[in-house]
Amino acid sequence: MSVRSRNGGAVVCGRRAMLQGTALGLVVAALFHFPSEGVSEAADREYAYRPVFFSDDEWQTLNSFVDRLIPADVEGPGALEAHVPEFIDRQMNTPYGHGSEWYLRPPLMKTSAALGYQFLFTPRDIYKQGLPALHSAIMQRYGKPFHQLDAGERDRIIGQMEKGSLTLSPVPSKLLFGQILKNCKEGYFADPIHGGNYEMGAWKMIGFPGARADFTDWVDRYGARYPLSPVSVGVHGVQGGV
Amino acid sequence: MVSRNEKHTDVVIVGFGWVGAIMARELTQAGLNVVALERGPRRDTWPEGAYPSSIDELTHNTRHALFLQPSQSTVTVRHRDSDVAAPYRQLAAFLPGTGVGGAGLHWSGCHWRISPVELRLRSHYEERYGKDFIPQDMTIQDWGVSYEELEPHFAFAESVFGTSGQAYKVNGKIVGDGNPFDADRSTPFPLPAMKNTYSAELYSKAAAECGYHPFRIPSANASQAYTNPYGCQMGACTFCGFCSGYACYNYSKASPNVNILPALERESRFELRVECDVLKVETDSSGKKATGVIYRTSKGEEVRQTADIVILASFAYNNPYLLLLSGIGQPYDPKTGEGTVGRNFVYQNESGVTLFFGQDKFTNPFIGAGGNGVAIDDFNADNFDHGPLGFVGGAPIWVNQAGSKPISSATVPKGTPQWGAHWKKAVKDSFQHTISIHAHGTNMAFRDCYLSLDPTYSDTAGRPLLRITFNWHDNDVKMIRYVTDRMADIGRAMKPESMSVETKEFGEEFDLRHYQTTHIAGGAIMGTSPKDSVVNRYLQHWDVSNLFVIGSSAFPQGIGYNPTGIVAALAYWSAKAIRERYLKSPGPMVQA
Ligand SMILES: Cc1cc2nc3c(=O)[nH]c(=O)nc-3n(C[C@H](O)[C@H](O)[C@H](O)COP(=O)(O)OP(=O)(O)OC[C@H]3O[C@@H](n4cnc5c(N)ncnc54)[C@H](O)[C@@H]3O)c2cc1C
Ligand code: SF4
Repeated sequence: MSVRSRNGGAVVCGRRAMLQGTALGLVVAALFHFPSEGVSEAADREYAYRPVFFSDDEWQTLNSFVDRLIPADVEGPGALEAHVPEFIDRQMNTPYGHGSEWYLRPPLMKTSAALGYQFLFTPRDIYKQGLPALHSAIMQRYGKPFHQLDAGERDRIIGQMEKGSLTLSPVPSKLLFGQILKNCKEGYFADPIHGGNYEMGAWKMIGFPGARADFTDWVDRYGARYPLSPVSVGVHGVQGGV
Repeated sequence: MVSRNEKHTDVVIVGFGWVGAIMARELTQAGLNVVALERGPRRDTWPEGAYPSSIDELTHNTRHALFLQPSQSTVTVRHRDSDVAAPYRQLAAFLPGTGVGGAGLHWSGCHWRISPVELRLRSHYEERYGKDFIPQDMTIQDWGVSYEELEPHFAFAESVFGTSGQAYKVNGKIVGDGNPFDADRSTPFPLPAMKNTYSAELYSKAAAECGYHPFRIPSANASQAYTNPYGCQMGACTFCGFCSGYACYNYSKASPNVNILPALERESRFELRVECDVLKVETDSSGKKATGVIYRTSKGEEVRQTADIVILASFAYNNPYLLLLSGIGQPYDPKTGEGTVGRNFVYQNESGVTLFFGQDKFTNPFIGAGGNGVAIDDFNADNFDHGPLGFVGGAPIWVNQAGSKPISSATVPKGTPQWGAHWKKAVKDSFQHTISIHAHGTNMAFRDCYLSLDPTYSDTAGRPLLRITFNWHDNDVKMIRYVTDRMADIGRAMKPESMSVETKEFGEEFDLRHYQTTHIAGGAIMGTSPKDSVVNRYLQHWDVSNLFVIGSSAFPQGIGYNPTGIVAALAYWSAKAIRERYLKSPGPMVQA
């Protein structure tokens, strides 16, 4: 295990860091290798990613949050092994992160929830204003930061955020929850070129063939399992066996 | 401020999607000089559809690479007149196209005709069920054109799109196991029907067991290599599954870019200008003649393009939007029922059933093509007795496996948490073992559902946004609940381990937060009288006779099928009228 600099430096974790991470309050971003059969012995390779957008505190909160949204278990990789935090950090530096897609002109109207997103925040705003608010709320309630809480406590808080019963301002907890969950699933399932879905682990778990994009010979093999492992559109395309 | 005038042209077309491309082709063939103005960028199979970069769900489906982003322009929505409308800030419920090819570059490819009954919906219901059957506030009406008149244009559009399908009846003779509810056809489909996916095959068997009449959905995804009448070529679809929302890497999905543009590009009378956002249509002092349009370039320059004929081909609600911005015609007022622009705005009224099978049954939902599948029409149009049911409308019910990708379609049984170990296990157990069935229902027109300009919000060009006032009505909820029950029966006959049903509840509000369809219609409807329609049966504006408004904006009310088949047929029908009648004697082709 090695955990290096925390002052904006790279955080390098091995498998044990991951396992002890929460208890020790360490940043967790571990790497496992999951062939399609399930969990194998962790490949104790090192993984270094230096967040560009998130501060150290935000990064710790984010890591320990997505770790609960998609936990590691025998079924397949967790969000951390899939490098979801790296995906989210990278997304925040794309036009999307800056809100390039959304209509963000005022004024805000009080409307039915059915009319969808009615805020002026960009994705970056949601994280930059939401994560510190979550941090303060948790410090106040528990006297320690989110990432030092045990899994059950984190799940309880996440559950409250999902319902909106945890009060946060200016970014409501439900909005912060929704944004993290959405980006977390994106990072888990998107093509690895975007930084998540490490080694296509999530695709292998569910049996998605990725960018194969030619099923002429399989469309009428009724009921038969598709035999080929996934491919990525990028450099990871060669990884993974049948 | 207009800073420049472009050289006068015979025809200016606003928007270059399916309608724009068809009109450009037909009118250059008639010897006219045509300028098409498209607000979005130039797009084509390369690079937008290039393999492998187009096979990327995050970029295309999640981040909406090919769609119009709300930051550029959007609409506002409210449920009723007494509410304040709020902007559609994030894409979800519907996905407007932009750029060369419009939504035609990244549509799915279900390519339908229409039930003849739906073209004369009000008359038909009144004749069969009596005048009182149609609720007071339901403003449905006849289109003013018949199936027989449109038939040659449906047939020609299919030959251009390279549509794959199995006909039922050709020239009065039954020719195969197509849709027995289909009207007569003059030609078979240009290509044989596509293969069925496993899901479609299982659905087909179960629907037949239930006593219904399954048939293969006509699809504009080519089942074989094909060359269309314009000399444009298509390759066979590979069921890649990255179809709806993606440009096809394979030249297999019909698009304006693949099936028409290559022919137009060889045409010296045609000019396509991109990144030209049309701000308004100008008229002369009489208000009876369009003189051209003003558009804004990507550099912010405002340019005037004068023309003898102006064609709005800007998609569904954009057409009435341009009319409202240009002050052409009387805006609809729901209180008095007067005015026509914006009237009868409609959407698609959907529901779905998801079946979950055991771990040993691989349904491979990632295999698929946008227009592929099996449908039944037993509950569409007026193919069933509405008398005892007390609602107007219906829905085709289908398995249309377009290809599941995990960000958007990691479907889990109802009641599963949205995150955590249970969610993860459910995704793992479900992904390769689900089948989805959909009812793609009609939405009737109602007096209080309409389009107008928003008083508060504007876009980057300074235009007021278009405001949609829309909500579900009991008639449509009744219909979709009835059809959903029938769909669930078929689902059960497929013997899943479990089944989730998504339907509508009475009183439920229109919900913009999840994708439904981009099948939006009405607002500049066609009809038989200028009192209750914007354009006549040739899609010609009633007052401004050199202005044609073409697209699903012309539908007087929603239809059961997807819209593009009839949109294309209406474009060819209108083009024929322009070529054969209007050009000989410009002026109204129907006397009001
Ligand atoms: C994901 C998806 C799947 C679909 N699947 C199906 C299907 O399976 N079957 C089916 O029948 N239909 C389907 N549709 C709908 C189908 O795409 C449309 O019916 C069809 O494209 C309509 O053609 P159109 O020419 O009217 O509009 P479009 O193809 O949208 O073209 C309109 C063009 O006008 C341009 N424009 C708009 N305003 C302006 C302006 N002010 N100035 C200049 N240009 C302007 C737009 O940028 C656009 O390029 C689907 C749509 C989507 C989004
Ligand atoms: S499914 Fe077929 S038509 Fe659709 S994008 Fe793939 S190859 Fe093209």
